[in-house]
Amino acid sequence: MIAIVDFKAGNLTSVKKACDHLGAETVITSDPAQVLKAEKIVLPGVGHFAATKALDDSGLRDAIVNSIDRRVPFLGICVGMQWMLASSEEAPEVHGLALWPGECSRFPANVKSPHVGWNSLHIRNGESRLLRGVAPGSYVYFTHSYRVPLLAATAAECEYGGSFSAAVERDNLFGVQFHPEKSGAAGLTILKNFCDLQC
Amino acid sequence: MLTKRIIACLDVDAGRVVKGTQFLDLRDAGDPSELAAAHSAAGADEIVLLDITATHEKRTTLLETVRRTAKELFIPFAVGGGVRTLQDAAAIFDAGADKISINSAAIADPSLISCIAQRFGSQAVIVAIDAKRNGTNFEAWISGGRKPSGKNARQWAQEAESRGAGEILLTSMDRDGTGEGFDCELTKTVSESVRIPVIASGGAGGAEHFVSVFREGVADAALAASIFHFGLTSILDLKSQLFAAGIPVRFPC
Repeated sequence: MIAIVDFKAGNLTSVKKACDHLGAETVITSDPAQVLKAEKIVLPGVGHFAATKALDDSGLRDAIVNSIDRRVPFLGICVGMQWMLASSEEAPEVHGLALWPGECSRFPANVKSPHVGWNSLHIRNGESRLLRGVAPGSYVYFTHSYRVPLLAATAAECEYGGSFSAAVERDNLFGVQFHPEKSGAAGLTILKNFCDLQC
Repeated sequence: MLTKRIIACLDVDAGRVVKGTQFLDLRDAGDPSELAAAHSAAGADEIVLLDITATHEKRTTLLETVRRTAKELFIPFAVGGGVRTLQDAAAIFDAGADKISINSAAIADPSLISCIAQRFGSQAVIVAIDAKRNGTNFEAWISGGRKPSGKNARQWAQEAESRGAGEILLTSMDRDGTGEGFDCELTKTVSESVRIPVIASGGAGGAEHFVSVFREGVADAALAASIFHFGLTSILDLKSQLFAAGIPVRFPC
């Protein structure tokens, strides 16, 4: 069972729908006990970084950290990926998981923001389990105003007002800035790779 | 590279897709979920469903249409028409939409924009502006193009942005359904006045119109309905012509 974590920030219907389409068994939950029992965890997120504060207050953060320590595969989407870093300029007082160093920053003033639309992936990690079968240069759908810098764990980068991390991966930790559930065939391939991971 | 989006619009009345000229004279164009799936397969970057008559009795039909259309659609999906309250928006998101588009209700109560943006994020809020030339200016019209609002379209777009809109869907009422081309002057005026993406709409007749609105109109995306429904232009053909003209577009794999 894959737990899709609901922290009351935005709508999770489309992630669930895409997983259903792929035949994966999922449950949308805000119950830490259910997250602890899950074989895999997806943390979707739209909107403001400050909304992740709800994860701290509800016990979901502790459940996620506990699962990650047990090597349970974890996929953060959009703000869910940003939360894997230590912090974001969007809400400096809110603490992310600090799985990687660095801070999410706003796009420079010379490009429109949010970055909305289909942009291409430059795959940096040819061994990526998440991006297996995704052709270099594939287009995926982004919508965000803050971005994750390039990291040692960057599996794919994207160019918009400079380069940023489109996908990160290390062991069983995965993050995507784009929305795989809204990225057509390429996005479904990525979600399927996560759903099918053997651990 | 960020591509220019080609958005297929489904104008829906009582569960069927229709298309008119300058907001009148409606013709039946098919089933919304079938058309959305066909457009997605043909390379549309996004689908917008606009409930053009949106009366109270038809709300349930709309939600059912949204649910059915969203079910097997894995590209962004926006819904507009008749969204008056946060509750209306929530019901549409719950039915599977990624974004809602608001128009008259936002002009009547601009705080609705921030209210929805705070709950669902700015990326989920499109403010639609139906603009009509008025001398050298452009005025925003409401109620499906039936009433002038008295607001200047450019200034209204800026206010919408400051209140948390994530995108502007800008329709030229003068060009809508005519096939004479987008209003590039209107699009440029608004697009250069805001930092959020602007979707140009109204008047698409051929590939050259899309080239102009991306180049001269500085649009981030362009929307069309009738030219796709009646097969006048396939989205793939359109994208090939845009690519040949040097406009970055996405080809689905």
